Amino acid sequence: MWAELAVTAVKLLVVATIVLTIVPIMVWVERRGAAFIQDRLGPNRVGPWGLFQPIIDVVKLLFKERVTPTAANKLLFWLAPGIAVFVALVTFIVIPFGAGKDVKLFGVELSGLTVAPQLDVGVLYLFALGSLSVYGIVLAGWSSNNKYSLLGGLRSSAQLISYELAMTVSVLGVLLSTGSLRLDDVVARQQQHVWNFIPQLLGFITFLVAAFAETNRLPFDLPEAETELVAGYHVEYSAMGFGAFMMSEYINMVTASALAVTLFFGGWSLPGVHLTGWFGLIVSMGVFLVKMSFFLWLFVWVRWSLPRFRYDQLMSLGWKGLLPLATLNLVWVGVAMTMGWL
Amino acid sequence: MCSGVVESHRFSLDSRLSTLDRNLGGGVMETAVFFVAGAVAVISALFAVSHRDPVVNVLSLVVTMFCVAVNYALLGASFLAAAQILVYAGAILVLFLFVVMLLNAPAEHPVHEPRPFQRVAGTLTALAAGLGGVVVLLTFHGQAPPPVPGTAVQIGRMLVGPYFFAFELVSVLLLAALVGAMVLVKRKH
Repeated sequence: MWAELAVTAVKLLVVATIVLTIVPIMVWVERRGAAFIQDRLGPNRVGPWGLFQPIIDVVKLLFKERVTPTAANKLLFWLAPGIAVFVALVTFIVIPFGAGKDVKLFGVELSGLTVAPQLDVGVLYLFALGSLSVYGIVLAGWSSNNKYSLLGGLRSSAQLISYELAMTVSVLGVLLSTGSLRLDDVVARQQQHVWNFIPQLLGFITFLVAAFAETNRLPFDLPEAETELVAGYHVEYSAMGFGAFMMSEYINMVTASALAVTLFFGGWSLPGVHLTGWFGLIVSMGVFLVKMSFFLWLFVWVRWSLPRFRYDQLMSLGWKGLLPLATLNLVWVGVAMTMGWL
Repeated sequence: MCSGVVESHRFSLDSRLSTLDRNLGGGVMETAVFFVAGAVAVISALFAVSHRDPVVNVLSLVVTMFCVAVNYALLGASFLAAAQILVYAGAILVLFLFVVMLLNAPAEHPVHEPRPFQRVAGTLTALAAGLGGVVVLLTFHGQAPPPVPGTAVQIGRMLVGPYFFAFELVSVLLLAALVGAMVLVKRKH
């Protein structure tokens, strides 16, 4: 039992390190990428190509004065960013990061580089904890004792709840064709058949759009746009409270990219390549990270290319556009499976 | 090499389930998690009914639901645990929270002391509940919990098998509730 615990601890350490390292890199990519798209330079003074800029930003955020509004509910005010980061981080334990065939660590056979591979409700667990992210935002909006924060918080939570539905239905198509809720099985099936985005292109597109909305990224970032309600639900937060919300947003982006890769692009697998042993493990982790970084770049690219949706356009897109399309994808998958095409 | 992975996984699901059943209720880890989850559930339930601030009440209820989900998971009902968090903590209690926040319910201060009848009734009820709990403990002492059909596969098979009619009826009921809610909210012009 202790060997298994040690293996899980090592996997957890690896996952946490990867995720928490990607966050400052993403901050840098965001700022340099934005500059590149806008035909300017971006931060380039703090270290080579401005690479130390995010580190200095974090140091600044840690040392700034922490202001709590006078009549705010102090407990909830500082609990909200904690909830946001916690919920963003715990969803990683079911995502397969690499192949684990024929690899033994401390004498325990690794069955895929997932922190919790035995969880047979993998994707459901992910959605369950993702639905708890609404609490962080609603509590932040309400406990700031500021009507604009409250409005921003309510708008954002309505947006999250609406697009959660579209995201879940678009994933249902993948789950139907795989026959299992575990993400390891989804990857295994994509190794035998084609990557899921080919037969389920509509599902992939709806999933991607819903993921943009779930992570509050442009074109769906109305609740936290600087020009709208002065940054919405996190207007009253200073220093690390704001830092925590930004961190939770980037971690959610990483989760959404990891999910898109795992569900629709074959996860850590390469078509036709057997990845076994320690060498296969490292290579598959590299493959996964490369695919994930394409989607992370996509998030940045779209943010600086498209205007944002108005709130009513956003809600009508979610309910009247994405949900029917996702259901159509589900019907298509059902038909295809009955006919034996999938 | 990889060809038999998904198929053999489907066949081995049942053997994996029986492994889960055999490991239940025994180890040190399960007992420790059960006691921690149970204690947190009881404490947060007490907060949920007794704290003055309604928002704290709702959040304590969320923690209670979380601990109940942990107990489901300890019994091997993984689907029920995930559904509990997804539906109860993640949707229903969010709506509770909206209502509490938007109605701006103030933190309560007790307006009057409870009357003697209320004190007596409350104490008797608590004693009866405690006695019932002791009786249940003594009756089932030392027995392993029965295998609960709570994994996704088992519930899925029940829903499309013996409980198919009930499943369809519930979805019609949900549709009626949805339409009813929309009709009630619609303003008459």
